This record gives sequence, C-alpha cells and structure tokens, in this order.
Amino acid sequence: MSGIPVSYYVIFSGLLFSIGLYGVLVRRHVVGILMSIEIIINAANINLVAFSRYVAAKPEMGQVFAAFVIVLAASAAAVGLAIVLSVYRNRRTIYTDEINLLKW
Amino acid sequence: MEYSDPIFVVIKKGILHFLHGFLPEWTVVIISIMLSITAIAIFGPVTMMYLTWLERKVVGRMQNRWGPNRVGIFGLLQPIADGIKMLTKEDIVPQDADKVTHFLAPVMVVIPALLVFSVIPFGRGMTAVNLNVGLLFFLAISTLTTIAIFMGSWGSRNKFSLLGGMRAVAQMVSYEIPMVMSVVPVILATGTLSTVSIVEAQLGGKWFIFTPWGFFAAIVFFLCGVAEVNRTPFDLPEGESEIIAGFHTEYSGMKFALFYMAEFMSAFAISGLTVTLFLGGWGGPVLPSWAWFLLKTYALIFIMIWFRGTLPRFRVDQLMGFAWKLLLPFTLLNIFVAALWQILPSPKNLLVSGIAEAVILVIVFFASRKDSPTKRTYIFAD
Amino acid sequence: MDVLHCLARFGFIAATLVTLAAAVMVVSLRNIFHCALALILVLLGVAATYISLKAEFFAVIQILLYVGAIMTLVIFAIMLTSKIADTTVPQTNRQSLVSFAILAMFDVFFIGSVIKTSWKVNAVTMAANVDAKVLGMAFMNEYVFPFEIISVVLIVALVGAIILGRSDQ
Repeated sequence: MSGIPVSYYVIFSGLLFSIGLYGVLVRRHVVGILMSIEIIINAANINLVAFSRYVAAKPEMGQVFAAFVIVLAASAAAVGLAIVLSVYRNRRTIYTDEINLLKW
Repeated sequence: MEYSDPIFVVIKKGILHFLHGFLPEWTVVIISIMLSITAIAIFGPVTMMYLTWLERKVVGRMQNRWGPNRVGIFGLLQPIADGIKMLTKEDIVPQDADKVTHFLAPVMVVIPALLVFSVIPFGRGMTAVNLNVGLLFFLAISTLTTIAIFMGSWGSRNKFSLLGGMRAVAQMVSYEIPMVMSVVPVILATGTLSTVSIVEAQLGGKWFIFTPWGFFAAIVFFLCGVAEVNRTPFDLPEGESEIIAGFHTEYSGMKFALFYMAEFMSAFAISGLTVTLFLGGWGGPVLPSWAWFLLKTYALIFIMIWFRGTLPRFRVDQLMGFAWKLLLPFTLLNIFVAALWQILPSPKNLLVSGIAEAVILVIVFFASRKDSPTKRTYIFAD
Repeated sequence: MDVLHCLARFGFIAATLVTLAAAVMVVSLRNIFHCALALILVLLGVAATYISLKAEFFAVIQILLYVGAIMTLVIFAIMLTSKIADTTVPQTNRQSLVSFAILAMFDVFFIGSVIKTSWKVNAVTMAANVDAKVLGMAFMNEYVFPFEIISVVLIVALVGAIILGRSDQ
C-alpha cells in the first residue's frame, strides 16, 4: 500500500486550484484564461480520484465522475475556443481589456 | 532449439541472481529495470540505423538500381557513415526562431517513439513492462508526437514549416480515431488491454487476422499506423517535392537526425504492434519466439517500404476524406461484426460475420465515393 | 521494501513540484505558446499523480484525451489567433497584486486547516483494484444514464463549436 496520506493530495489539489484561479483573474489573453480554467478542472479531478481511492464506498465512483468531468472540460474548451476564433475574426484582438465595446 | 528461445530471459535472470548475492533487494529491482531500459535503448537506434539501410536498398532495387553498395559489403556500413555525417553537420538555428521550442521539438518527437517500445512483447517473457493497460498506453503515448510536430513547425518561424506542421497535425489527429476504433474488436475478443495477454490469446495458430473482422481491422490499423508515422503514401507533411521539407525544413544536423530516427522507430513500433495484435505476436512453430517476432515485424516493414517505392502521394483532401468518410464508419461497423462473431456459436459465426463484413465494405465504399464530375462544355472553343 | 516505498513517495513529491512549477509558468509566461507547453507539463504531472493513486487506466485516459486531443485544440486556436512575434505585451492585468495577496492568504488558511484535520480512511477501498473492467462495468450498469447524456452533450458541443467557428459566409 502506498503510504502517502490523503492530506498530501488535498493540499496539492488546493494549491493547483488557487494557481489556476490566479490565472483566471489575472491573465489578459483569452486563451490563457481558458488554460487556467483547465488547471482548475484538473485540480478538482485529482481531488475526486484521491478521495475515491481512500474514502469512498465504491472505489470506482470517483474515477467515473472524473471521467465525466474530463468530457465536460473538453466540450467547454471546444466551445470556448470556437468563441475565441469568432471574437478574433470580428475584433482582431484577443486581449480581454481591449474587448470592451459592444457594437458601434 | 529449445535453449535459444528464452536466451535473453536467462541471461537477465543470471545477472540478477549474481548480483543478488551481495546487493540489497531494492538495488536488484532497480538494476532489473535498468537492464530492460538499456536493452531497448540499444535496440531502438540500432534498428533505426539498419532500417534506413534496408529502405534505401529495397527502394533502390524496386527502381532497378543498386542502392548503397560502396561503404562496406552490400553497403552495410552506410548507416554509420550517415551517422557521422549528421553528427558533424553544423547546427543552424534561424535567427528569429523561438529557441526553447525549436530545441525541444526533436527531443519530444523521439521520446514517444522510444517509450512505446516498452509495451511491445518481443518474445516469450520479453516485455519490458507488463502494464495491464499496455495497449492504451501505446495509443496514448503516440498522441504526444502531434504536440512535438506542432512545436517543430511553430518554433521554426517559417511559413512553409507552419503549413506543413498544420497539415501533419490534421492528418495525425484524423487517423488516430480509426486506429483506436480498429483495435476495439481485439479488446472485445480477448477482454484485456495487456499486450502480453493478447499475444497469449492468439497462441496455437488462432491469429486474429484469420477472422473476418480481424482481417479488415488489421488492414485498417496498419494503414492508420502508416499515416501516423507520416510515411508514403501519407507523407504530405514532409513530402520532399511538395513543401520543401515540411515541418522539419529548418532543422539540420543532429536535430534532423532525431526527427528521422523518430520516424523509423515509430514505423518499427507500429509494425510491432500490428504483429502483436493481429498476427500472433511471437507465436510460431520451430524458431525461437523472438525470431518469429522479428521476422513478422520485418515483413510488415518491408510492406511499408514497398508502399514507398510504389505508390504516389495522397493529396490533402483525399487524405482527410479517406480517414473520415471511409475508415471511420467502416471501423465502427466492424465492431458490430466482431460482436456477432463472439456471440454466435462456432461454425455459423464465420458465415454470418463474413457476409456482414462484405456487405459493410460494399456499402461504405459506395457511400463514400464522390460523384464523377460532369464533362466540361466549352463555350468558345470548338 | 521500505526503500521502494520511500522512492515512490519521493517520485510523487517530485511530480507534484514539477506540476506546481509548470502551473505557475502557465499563469505567468508572456509567450502564449510557451504557456501551452507548460500546460502540457501540468497535465502530464497530473497523470503521474493518478499513477501514484493506483489509477493507471485513468492516467492513460487523461494523457489520451487531455494531452492528445484538448491540447491540440488549444494549440490550433493559439496558432490561428496570434501573430508569430507577439511576445512583448505584458500578460497580467491590474488585478495581479490583489489577487495574489488574497489567494496566498486563502492558501495558508487552507493548508493549515487540512494539516490539522484527521482524515479517516477506509481500508477496504484502499485495498481494492480499479482497472478497466471495473470502470467499464460501472459505466454500463450504474452510470449508464449519465453516460448516454454525456454523449448527447458532446454532440451538442461539437455542433455548437462548428457553428460558432464558421466564418460568416
């Protein structure tokens, strides 16, 4: 058995989550924000899988949930990047503080 | 002949037994892993060197010329001469190239090519790591090559490289899906993802290529594998007369040698995996197991080289249409035929699944053809 | 073998540190392509963490889907929306110091409370072995309804992305 206590995984996922959250709040490039969202989703996945290994009633429950989370993250990334392409075509810029007009 | 079959296993066990006497237990475990890694690290590049020799000889003979025959007998020292040439060439980096990306791309292309050798069973008991998700590990690690090609094409700051890189990635991503789907019937038939167990399920002559679904799945898997390693007829991304040299235009010397090495090692790995999944792995009557494996793998590599010497290159829209319109529906329907094969009892399943397979092939082929264009009518000429 | 367990723990800590360093690089580098490469490193580090949790099938699925497919999508989007020589603009907006301060405080509080909690573990679950067969049975028996809904969600997202990304002709 691996002697790594659960708290290591929880701390790791908490730190990864806060780094991702910093990225979402702070970055100007839209694709950068999407990448930080992917980091947040991965942190949540680590949490799910770690708890399903150590605490859950059935050990595959967390991995099934994490698989669904990966699929949803993929669809969110696909739709988000399609929107980024669309915005780039219309506004020619992808920095969030330059996209500040609705229509003129 | 009885002694030559487990010869490598016996050598490794002998070394470990000798070391067991005076080293602690955990060191022996680590040394065992290091021995497997060393064997693969020696086998991979040496294979690549002699595959380049084999390709030049075979393509030369198909074109009615000798191929390399000056350096050593039959040109056998030619790869060494090539290696010396590539090591001593000047390493040119474009001035505006993104240095980190340009440097890391060849490294990241070689890493997946070498890493997948660890799950291929070279003989009886001669797999480096017996992962119980070995097949999926192979498929997942070969998707890392896509990222490395992106890095190579973007980091070179060259529009031709970028175009070649985009085409390469589009091709590789399109051909990954039929590749994974054509492996699913094998997983269905054996119930396991481990490559060692898949070979053991085919012992005794019951190779999967002799079943209706296996025959077509093997052909599709091999074609998708050829597309994944960017060899002719799918080598548009690096076509030497099309787009200068595609994504590895700006690389010279050792970095180009690394790209070249990754292509040949991937070709060997894909052939090795096709042999493992469909052609019975190391099984065979008289010769040792590793000799059968190498024989079958080199037969498939010969077929790849034969493709290169004979077939013209696909155009990019023909390439994508082939993957999405023909191969993907065909592999999906192939899974159903494989399920029919598993369920029905023994004499009837061959007939039913053979007929189903033929019907599917005909339907998919005719559904994916484009209409032939109507004849042009000239207005002003006679 | 105690030494091998120590090596396993050392491997886990190394993977964790590499992942956190790469995540810091994702949120702070100026060249967006380098950020994408750092994100690939994060995803590989997360896969290594799954392997240390004895979820090998899930680690391979993570590499196949995330690194193989999603990162290809992200890199395509970066290539289509940026000029090649675009690295001299600053990448952080005005909120950077405040966010950093607040998140650092949150982290200290969080780590402190995690260390002080006593986590009860379930020995039966820790000894179980989850492989592809167990996951497959779970998907087909208990979780078949979310499985079907997820396929519909994927098709909807695919069609939506195609429509949104199409040019206006």
